[in-house]
Amino acid sequence: MKIKVENKKFTGLGLAPLAPDIGRADIKQVPTRNGYGEALVELGEKNPDVVVLTGDLSDSTRAAEFAKKFPERFFEVGVAEQNLMGIAAGLALSGKTPFVSSYATFSPGRNWDQLRVSVCYSRANVKIAGAHTGVSVGPDGATHQALEDIAITRVLPNLTVVVPCDSLQTKAAAIAACQIQGPVYFRFAREATPVFTTPETPFEIGKAQLLRDGGDVAVIGCGPVLYHALLAAQELGKEGLSVLVLNNHTIKPMDEEAVVACAEKCGAVVTLEEHQVSGGAGSAVCEALAKYFPVPVEMVGMQDTFGESGEPAELIEKYGMGKEAVISAIKKVLTRKKKGNS
Amino acid sequence: MQKLTASELQLKANDLRQDVIEMLLEAGSGHSAGPLGTADIFAALYFNVLNHDPKNPKWVGRDRLVLSCGHICPILYAALAESGYFPTEELKTLRKLGTRLQGHPHNLDLPGIENSSGPLGQGFSQAIGMALAAKLNHERHRIYCISSDGEHDEGQIWEAIMFAGKNKLNNLTVILDRNNIQIDGYTEDVMPLEPLRDKYEAFNWHVLEIDGNNIHEIMDACGEAKTIYEKPTIIIAHTVPGKGVGFMEFDYKWHGTPPNKEQAARALHELRTLRGAIKSEHE
Repeated sequence: MKIKVENKKFTGLGLAPLAPDIGRADIKQVPTRNGYGEALVELGEKNPDVVVLTGDLSDSTRAAEFAKKFPERFFEVGVAEQNLMGIAAGLALSGKTPFVSSYATFSPGRNWDQLRVSVCYSRANVKIAGAHTGVSVGPDGATHQALEDIAITRVLPNLTVVVPCDSLQTKAAAIAACQIQGPVYFRFAREATPVFTTPETPFEIGKAQLLRDGGDVAVIGCGPVLYHALLAAQELGKEGLSVLVLNNHTIKPMDEEAVVACAEKCGAVVTLEEHQVSGGAGSAVCEALAKYFPVPVEMVGMQDTFGESGEPAELIEKYGMGKEAVISAIKKVLTRKKKGNS
Repeated sequence: MQKLTASELQLKANDLRQDVIEMLLEAGSGHSAGPLGTADIFAALYFNVLNHDPKNPKWVGRDRLVLSCGHICPILYAALAESGYFPTEELKTLRKLGTRLQGHPHNLDLPGIENSSGPLGQGFSQAIGMALAAKLNHERHRIYCISSDGEHDEGQIWEAIMFAGKNKLNNLTVILDRNNIQIDGYTEDVMPLEPLRDKYEAFNWHVLEIDGNNIHEIMDACGEAKTIYEKPTIIIAHTVPGKGVGFMEFDYKWHGTPPNKEQAARALHELRTLRGAIKSEHE
């Protein structure tokens, strides 16, 4: 296959402002779920129609602060995720804007049919927050590490799917989700992860974000693991490789224009996500590239296996979603790119 | 809407049953037993109990009717059309390509449909959400939910029953179509549900048990539910599946089957002559 590689100037995407301390050991780290908790309180103050529901997980999903401030608009549904989603749909059909707070393994894991029919088919204005995604959930083990949620949500019509990359972006995503009329799923994580965007970094659902410009290879990914891509890009930069990093935070509707433009510019793509590689964000990228601009792709993510107990950093390392894994995927894809061109 | 008297409602239920037979014949697929069995309940609700305005289906102050067992929707469609939500001629489009009368109801398609349903158990929870919203807004309308007995196999139903009892949702009335049949047979063979009354009482509900084919009892029970201030109300409505058509009554095989042409003619003759009680067919 002949791959067209143009060294033209990247257009259509401005470089997003990032934190100055990327790569430093003391970069500020905050769990993405904290951003969700802050957004809920802010939204609660501004919008009297915002209500929050949880299935016995108010504290760990960070919905507890909202519950304290607005007890009459907070509903404890108990460990009953099907009912949780159904009640949210009923509230939405009566004009409320419900935020459903649970772990992604349970919601949308255990109530996917309710999400499909009561929410998406009915176009009920429900916002679904899936906490504890990825192997970085850690010691709780495979049962609680959501690695399939992007796949099962992005197939649903009418549903927007967003994967924010740090706590600031999670807050921005929750606020942006509230402004959309219609169902939105967004996921976040348990562990503290680097805050690499800034309060000034713009966020718009459906608009991918250029974190770093480059011309040799494009890493297109989502979520906190994008930090590993930035580290990989820094390191490879020293070897003279120019790595582009695109924060493809909205899996649906995906910013196909940006994805294709990056592929066109670099001629090789590495996808990155803390999720199964089949059916997830990387698959969405591959679908767009297959349609519009096929280039060699390597996919970094969970390779069709479950996680296990361990420390988050160990698990990211073992299952190949850290800096080293990104570097080796980049090298592999560059070899393929070279072969394709020769 | 003008409220009909009990005797007018009985005739209206008969009209709805005829609509159902004609719709199912035309569609060539669909459920017979449930829609016929609940015709009296739907007649009582849409032409007496519900506070609603077919000319203004999104009126905020309307009572909500949430159908949880979506498969009996032919009777819902018939009641909506006969109330004036859409032309009765449209009933014949049931299940056909491009229709607003989907095989299972879709809230975005037809005026008067509050929720999408089909997969069992989902409407019950949505009715609870609507009841919560009404309470938050200090609105006085009521939420009615029609649920089936077979649907009570679903775990979601029991999650919902627990929640409504805990939250004392007195603006919620659930009418349980207790017709004892489901697709694979009789409910007590497939998965025993009894003692339903005791179960609901244990979950902090006000329980009423009625003959679900008796218009007077349906109206009285809905009236009593409005007077209960500390609990949601469940009306266990004992109905005859296939009611009004002799050869369909009590037979679970009619749960998910439509009549053929000859069967439909017999059914319509029975309904129009009130089982031979009157000589000439009324239409």
